[in-house]
Amino acid sequence: MQLGRVVGCVWSTVKNASLEGYRLLLVQPLAADLRDTGKRLVCTDWTGAGAGETIYWVLGREASIALLPGQPPSDATIVGIVDTVHCAVAKPAKPGRQKAERQ
Amino acid sequence: MLIGRIVGELVATHKHPSHEGCKILLVQPLNLDGSNRGDPVVALDAVDAGVGDQVLVTTEGFSAMTAVGRTQSPIDMAVIGFIDHIELVPGVA
Repeated sequence: MQLGRVVGCVWSTVKNASLEGYRLLLVQPLAADLRDTGKRLVCTDWTGAGAGETIYWVLGREASIALLPGQPPSDATIVGIVDTVHCAVAKPAKPGRQKAERQ
Repeated sequence: MLIGRIVGELVATHKHPSHEGCKILLVQPLNLDGSNRGDPVVALDAVDAGVGDQVLVTTEGFSAMTAVGRTQSPIDMAVIGFIDHIELVPGVA
């Protein structure tokens, strides 16, 4: 699993039938100090996270287990919204909804 | 499996039910010389580890789920042991 921040969403009208109803979000992976690291990716969403929120996501076959019983063909799923990161090198996670409202 | 050091903990109120009651740890993977290897990962705790501990982390789903005791759940990394000592065989390593 890895930390990330929701930076956008992806719309897809024609897709695998078992993906129907799931949101596809664009996620920026984050390091412990919440700076951006690595390339952005598309994740299915279990949590209902909004833009700017800090989340953690699971990668691989386990990603579709989060979406049981449907088990859509997904290899990355957001499974939790992070409130705070307690870390020697990390800043506290900003509440994402506030950031979204400011925009 | 990875060698890592626990550098922090996450607090998440809204998370998958299978993660409830488990510590969510931020683990920095390490090289054999103790230097950082890439960015920290998020792993569930199966051994009651804490910040500063040097630990063994499994990066495969089935082992992670089994270690945490929750099969059929979205868990791909878990802290499964403490590392006391690493010994490299001279001339081989």
